[in-house]
Amino acid sequence: MWNYIEGILCLALISVISVLGLTVFTGFTGMFSMGHAAFIAIGAYTASILTSKAHANFYLALALGGLMSGFVSLIIGYPTLRAKLQNDYFAIATLGFGEAVRVILENLKITNGARGLVGIPARSTFLNILLITVLLTIITAHYVYSKYGRQSVAIREDHVAAEMMGINLFTVRLRALFFSAVMAGIGGGLYAHYVNFIQPSMFTSTQSTTLIAAVVAGGMGSITGPFVAMLIFSALPEILRVADMWRLVAYGLILVLIMVLRPQGIFGYKELNFKFVKRWIKKIRAKKPALPAEGGDA
Amino acid sequence: MLKVDNVNVFYGHIHAIRDVSIEAKDSQIVSIVGANGAGKSTLMMTIAGVLKKSSGSISFDGELLPAEPHKILAKGVCLVPERRRLYANLTVRENLLAGAYLRKDKAAIQEDMEEMFSLFPILKQRFKQYAGTLSGGEQQMLAIARGLMSRPKLLMLDEPSLGLAPMLVQQVFDTICNVRDRGTTIFMTEQNASDALAISDYAYVLETGRITLSGSGKEVLENPEVQKAYLGIKQEQS
Ligand SMILES: Nc1ncnc2c1ncn2[C@@H]1O[C@H](COP(=O)(O)OP(=O)(O)OP(=O)(O)O)[C@@H](O)[C@H]1O
Ligand SMILES: [Mg+2]
Repeated sequence: MWNYIEGILCLALISVISVLGLTVFTGFTGMFSMGHAAFIAIGAYTASILTSKAHANFYLALALGGLMSGFVSLIIGYPTLRAKLQNDYFAIATLGFGEAVRVILENLKITNGARGLVGIPARSTFLNILLITVLLTIITAHYVYSKYGRQSVAIREDHVAAEMMGINLFTVRLRALFFSAVMAGIGGGLYAHYVNFIQPSMFTSTQSTTLIAAVVAGGMGSITGPFVAMLIFSALPEILRVADMWRLVAYGLILVLIMVLRPQGIFGYKELNFKFVKRWIKKIRAKKPALPAEGGDA
Repeated sequence: MLKVDNVNVFYGHIHAIRDVSIEAKDSQIVSIVGANGAGKSTLMMTIAGVLKKSSGSISFDGELLPAEPHKILAKGVCLVPERRRLYANLTVRENLLAGAYLRKDKAAIQEDMEEMFSLFPILKQRFKQYAGTLSGGEQQMLAIARGLMSRPKLLMLDEPSLGLAPMLVQQVFDTICNVRDRGTTIFMTEQNASDALAISDYAYVLETGRITLSGSGKEVLENPEVQKAYLGIKQEQS
């Protein structure tokens, strides 16, 4: 049983890493990317080729996979963000980019084309996935609460006002895209070394859409929200396994329910951190003494 | 100080600004009046670097202005955009600090903040209030104050009286005069032609992307065409 739960948790946490990156780009900078699966793929392939063909150190390969995704994000981000493409046009550009990367992976020799790479060493364990997730969550929180994060939020809230204040839209957006691509790449590397086999058809626009759905359903401007939403999204198909054919319907229904009941997302613009917990406890404490007093009066 | 020379701006095929040349001298108030869609905002956004011109040149203090908005702001040209664009969920104080984003001199920023409060006393009382909960007039004051926090040499105001009651309009224009007297050049667009022209040292009339008339504020105000088109004053038939 634990093996089964551990398996689900590992895959869920790996997805969380990619979502954390997209949270910075979408939730905090306000840009939509429909091609993040491509960054996951690039990280996965780079790291796998490094470990299985060049026998590189696993963690070095993960880092290089992330950097490779980051590098590619600069290539796609430079012209599109420089041209200040509007949000929807940018999303379409990334959609095309995602498909293009998949087609390229299918036709390269080093990636073994559509058949994919087999025999990738099993280096991702529950422990190192958990540790890397924790580490990257802390790094993401630091990014978001740094000067960079505040610049991002200023742009998300009103990009004209931000520009008039002297914020350079292009560099702030490109930096956020780079950060999110590196995160996706690391997630991809972990994934490849967990399932030991990758092929281009694993990295489709459906996956990109799921990532965006997790960010939006989790809540814009929050790290906790997308984190939790991605965990739910990953575990849901397993929990709903009993429902069999109704699985996909239930999945869609839950998404719709979230958007209707909480349009701002589960944790829109909120975080579950020490400050939040403290305030929460204070609230409960403040309520408690009021109860006996009421009882006394009656 | 600001010199716009034969500038053309397009939105796709729409030719929004046609061979416009204007000039603003030190410590003057220069206005552009014109009907809706004349291209006033387009011209302002082009000077601020948000829109790209297809030809012509814009120079400031004898140098060509750089292409990107943040570099233009660093040169001392600040635009307070149409509809104010404050951060509604930041407080008055935080909005003012945002205006000083490019500055590093913390002590002087604090001093300037105090100065903004003497210039706009109403903001002092609203110090901790969220900008989104301010009245229209207060928001406009805050928008101007936020622009001033970057210590611009040239402050551009796009329709500062938009949506304000007549009494508030007068208050805003009084403040604009105060700002000019402190040595900041003002370049503004207005629909409220009569009030704007009354305080302008120089003015231009913009019609479908072209400058059709220019002169001192008083001259433009007294021009019969302007009176007919923008002030609704009919000429007596004689
Ligand atoms: N983003 C845009 N795309 C295409 N055309 C535009 C765009 N923005 C403005 N225009 C057109 O350019 C012309 C000038 O617009 P502009 O906003 O500069 O007018 P304005 O003088 O500021 O008007 P108002 O007094 O209503 O603010 C208008 O005909 C408008 O339709
Ligand atoms: Mg306008």
